[in-house]
Amino acid sequence: MIEGILIGLSTALSLTNILMVMVGCFAGTIIGMLPGLGPMTAIALMIPITYGFDPSTGLILMAGVYYGAVFGGSTSSILLNAPGIPGTVATAFDGYPMAQQGKAGKALAIAAYSSFAGGTISAIFLLVAAPSLSKVSLAFRSPDYFALMILGLTAISAFSSKGQFLKAMMMVILGLMLATVGQDSLSDITRFTFNNMNLTDGISFVLIVMATFAMSEALTIIFRGKDPNRAAKQISLTELGSIKVNKEETIKMAKTIPRSSILGFLIGVLPGAGATIASFLAYGMERNYVNEEEKQKFGKGSVHGLSAPETANNAACSGSFVPLLTLGIPGSGTTAVMLGALLGFGIQPGPRLYQTNPEIFWSVIMSMYIGMVVLLILNLPLIPYIARILAVPRNYLIPLILFFSVTGIYLMSFNNFDIFLMIGIAVVATFLRLYDFPMPPLILAFVLGGLMEETLRRSLLISDGSPNFLWDRPITLIILIITIVIIFWQIFSTFRKKT
Amino acid sequence: MRISPTKFISLLFFVLSVFYLYTAYNIQVFAFDENAPFNARTFPIYLGWAGIILSSLKIILPEKVTTEVNHKHLDYKSIIYLIIISLIYAAVILKIGYFISTSLFLFASYYFLGERRWGLMFILSFPFVAAFMYLLHGLLNIYLRDPFLKYIGVMG
Repeated sequence: MIEGILIGLSTALSLTNILMVMVGCFAGTIIGMLPGLGPMTAIALMIPITYGFDPSTGLILMAGVYYGAVFGGSTSSILLNAPGIPGTVATAFDGYPMAQQGKAGKALAIAAYSSFAGGTISAIFLLVAAPSLSKVSLAFRSPDYFALMILGLTAISAFSSKGQFLKAMMMVILGLMLATVGQDSLSDITRFTFNNMNLTDGISFVLIVMATFAMSEALTIIFRGKDPNRAAKQISLTELGSIKVNKEETIKMAKTIPRSSILGFLIGVLPGAGATIASFLAYGMERNYVNEEEKQKFGKGSVHGLSAPETANNAACSGSFVPLLTLGIPGSGTTAVMLGALLGFGIQPGPRLYQTNPEIFWSVIMSMYIGMVVLLILNLPLIPYIARILAVPRNYLIPLILFFSVTGIYLMSFNNFDIFLMIGIAVVATFLRLYDFPMPPLILAFVLGGLMEETLRRSLLISDGSPNFLWDRPITLIILIITIVIIFWQIFSTFRKKT
Repeated sequence: MRISPTKFISLLFFVLSVFYLYTAYNIQVFAFDENAPFNARTFPIYLGWAGIILSSLKIILPEKVTTEVNHKHLDYKSIIYLIIISLIYAAVILKIGYFISTSLFLFASYYFLGERRWGLMFILSFPFVAAFMYLLHGLLNIYLRDPFLKYIGVMG
């Protein structure tokens, strides 16, 4: 293994490859910040460029773009409450409030340090445990995935509801309902389209997230413009751009990072689960670990609440390479594009890659790590400048947020029906937010809806329509018991508050 | 009798769930799929019932935490203007193209939000959109449909 690491390092540390990773990180950050363009698009854009390169150089460029785009996505989540990809939605829960308190630079720095630490820890796991973990990923069956998704949705409802669990669960159902619009994945039967061709392909994630987060946030700021409690505070530019993290915050991060890394990596290893579930579960888990005083800060700019999802989503990104490199199964959309790129270079990932092309196997892993190091070195000095976006006056910032939201949708479909739909959903979301109906459960439910139906379908077909699949397998049963405990805990804490 | 806004929203959600469930039962499935353990209707039917149960609970159970909103502090005028501008923008984007419609949308939004520095408003609309289009179309090679710019020969 040491020999492999050295081969990987010597390839990744050549002058050309370092230059490539720098270019990749920079381009990835810019692309990731644009709404609607996530790591998947960023890597896809790079594929034609890399065809003329040596395979290692091409993959190194893509690794840089990948991590750059993930960081770029976090940046728009923190600064504008506009997460362009599902994996950075949880980052906005505490990152955006922190930025609103005039600590945008600090929030971005915490995100950068956490991402780096999460990536580093998971890269070590990847080096040590990749082959054996691939067996674990294969042990998960449809009923287990279904139970895992139920757990994820219950957990996010419990943690984001601020004591109003039923409201959060209603939002989960609404998110799942929106996810069923369009063609059924197996039979191609159209559902809930009301003969409208524009809905045949379903509603896109970017549309929902832009409407419920970015656009409704912009509308809420305008709507509550006269509220004396929400009057804009004078934020100093020095404080806004400061990336200094004090000792207390460092200690908080140091506690959060190890557990979120382990959770993120393990979730990332499971095909299909990926960074989204990892970041949401890490957020929920962290809230359970901290003391009562810290718990109250969640959703209002907590360091734990920002660090946990950022660590977990990066750890999950590395984890998702386990099934790709060891089994040849892409676990997420991004790794599927990476698989396409690898095949384009004539490399077939799978159990034999480790033996037949060790230099590729190790250079991919090492280049991912170098990508993260370069990203940290490149982006930290840029944070004070990026953070100043928030110093733009409200009269300009709000129209620009609306402009980015609409452009993200227009880029994908080139029709105005989606823009009308987005405006409609944003208006409804603005009113729902006004009465404390939380949006994160809706987003997670929407993201998981398709996969949830798919796993339920498989489970029910295998068990011939019987609900036995819920308790037949120990993994499913354990996950469901945890879910039931969360539900009962919510009911118990509600009654406790009452008494 | 005064119904709280949260309960009113829950009532609307109840109506939506009933309508969703009715539509779910009416989804046309293939004849051979009709009695299958799982078909295109199954999941939506579960969701419809879940929506009805949860919204009913919310309506029936007493509210312990009430969300109070002071409507005097809400700026209805600005938000209505902004929504109308956005709807007009969505309606004309295909006809007059991305560049002109987006630039005019930005310019109008700045104006309705109270901005009167005309020079800055212009720079942050027309040249800004042009630069953004150049970044997407020129540098990143991401196709951005604009029939108007294509017609006058600026875009290929």
